[in-house]
Amino acid sequence: MSIFQSIADLFKRKEKIEAGGGEKAVKKQIDMGKMTARQRIQSILDPNSFYEYDMFVEHKAEDFGMDKKYLPGDGVITGTGTIFGFPVCIYAQDFTVAGGSLGIAHARKITKIMDHALKLGIPLIGINDSGGARIQEGVNSLAGYGEIFFRNTRASGVIPQISVILGPCAGGAVYSPALTDFVFVVDKISKMFITGPEVIKTVLGEEISMEELGGARIQSEISGNAHFFAESEQECFEQIKKLVTFIPWNNRKKADVFPAKPPRSNFDINKIIPSESTEPYDIRDIIRAICDDSDFFEVHQYFAANIVVGFCRFNGETVGIIGNQPNVLAGVLDVDSSDKAARFIRFCDAFNIPLLTLVDIPGYLPGIDQEHSGVIRHGAKVLYAYSEATVPKITVILRKAYGGGYIAMCSRHLGSDFVFAWPTAEIAVMGPEGAANIIFRQEIAEAQNPDEVRKQKVEEYKQKFANPYRAAANGYIDAVINPLETREFVLHSLLIAKNKKEDMPYKKHGIPPF
Amino acid sequence: MDDLNNFNELIIEDTVYKTRINKKYSIKKHYQPKDNSIVSAFIPGTVRKIYVSEGQNVFRGDKLLVLEAMKMKNDIVAPINAKVKNIKVNIDEVVAKNQILIELEI
Repeated sequence: MSIFQSIADLFKRKEKIEAGGGEKAVKKQIDMGKMTARQRIQSILDPNSFYEYDMFVEHKAEDFGMDKKYLPGDGVITGTGTIFGFPVCIYAQDFTVAGGSLGIAHARKITKIMDHALKLGIPLIGINDSGGARIQEGVNSLAGYGEIFFRNTRASGVIPQISVILGPCAGGAVYSPALTDFVFVVDKISKMFITGPEVIKTVLGEEISMEELGGARIQSEISGNAHFFAESEQECFEQIKKLVTFIPWNNRKKADVFPAKPPRSNFDINKIIPSESTEPYDIRDIIRAICDDSDFFEVHQYFAANIVVGFCRFNGETVGIIGNQPNVLAGVLDVDSSDKAARFIRFCDAFNIPLLTLVDIPGYLPGIDQEHSGVIRHGAKVLYAYSEATVPKITVILRKAYGGGYIAMCSRHLGSDFVFAWPTAEIAVMGPEGAANIIFRQEIAEAQNPDEVRKQKVEEYKQKFANPYRAAANGYIDAVINPLETREFVLHSLLIAKNKKEDMPYKKHGIPPF
Repeated sequence: MDDLNNFNELIIEDTVYKTRINKKYSIKKHYQPKDNSIVSAFIPGTVRKIYVSEGQNVFRGDKLLVLEAMKMKNDIVAPINAKVKNIKVNIDEVVAKNQILIELEI
């Protein structure tokens, strides 16, 4: 064969593999409103930046007629590429090839690219679109899943790991995304569950559709398994690209610094917060009023919306924000919001992203369901995550900071490096109503006009404790600041905390209250 | 998924907050104290054996019946010392989840 002939032969071979499961299967994929695996990779990465690995890998399974089956790429595409010049390892399961089912060769392609990402210290993006284990391969396909989970865990906190669910992801397969840092889903396309509607119907007699059981909306809003929800695959890819700009390549680096931009002028901090501390407002407006370009990239937007977490920049540097959301459930901490916040804090700490906490919290959500679901151990995760974090920690108390909520929201006592309070801050053991009812119980009960006396006592308590100055007098707050100065104080804190290094006592690892 | 219009009231430590209620909070199941006088099916299945008869006294932990579900035979036992008041099912009857099997008199 001449060199030209062998090149032509290579092209022919590649072409066959690039066709995936063939015309019919590809048409079916597109008719389902889905892109092909190859299109997905190309849409996420910079143009022409994808370099494919292991295209010619073939399975060696022989049982149940598998010896006669050729599966192009064994149903998964792997390789490297860039996003805005930022290097990544990526894989995409190809549903057009045997339903994207996972056999051992398929799994080994994935684990190879995972090992590569870990060694090179760059993020890993996994696109899941698979019917599950390749049953013909028996325990070998289970081995494949296990080897993926092991690497997900080993790489956790070393390189950022992103999972994209663009099709079914059921049974054991869900645990790779669950072990990664960010899970992206798309409406009507993503479906995740451990046991599907069929099994649930047979065993429990309960009927539910796939969408209602584990569709994108359920995973984003109810279960919290997914962090980002999009209406279309294209929107999802834009979200992934944006996320990548906020995070570093690995845990030894810092996120790229972008040109500094002031907040846009349409947010007037003094007009966002109602003076009455029981009135709601959108904490995200405060974030937008202080961060670069008013650009706040929210994580877990629909899940446990009573706390808001996400990324933004201050003078071009990535900062992770955690803020109570008075707009939803008065901004309480509960089981879900504690999990959400703790996980985000740990991500930021692992990847050298400073934390800014905005506090406006009435306390924990009362309820039998909360207590029975373990709000004690879930709430403890927030304390653990903040106390453990060694990145610069900045806290701004805007309004209420009552009781356990005050302590949990990155108080001085949990190691915050900078604690500022607005003059509207109310730092107290509980709200004035609750406190007055307890302290003056007897006086109120014995009064001729209890309501009048209660009102008076509430007012008295408010005057005395519903302000930041008691806490400031004890040095628990570094400065009481004009809300308009918030950005300046945050910028200054970030600047002087730039070289912060904190050593932890020697340990193998802590035992967070999972 | 963001419902931006509906504000409700939420009371925390005697203070009434104006705020939105999210979907998960609004669909949560309300707590019901356990009623020991009613023995019901924790899973859909088939009644395979009935050990007791009406009027019989049983002690806590005594087997009442066998409920077969997912190919497993589950012994259903008395939650408390009581008298069997009513047996609401027959042998080989298929029962739904939460269906009442036996009523006890405490």
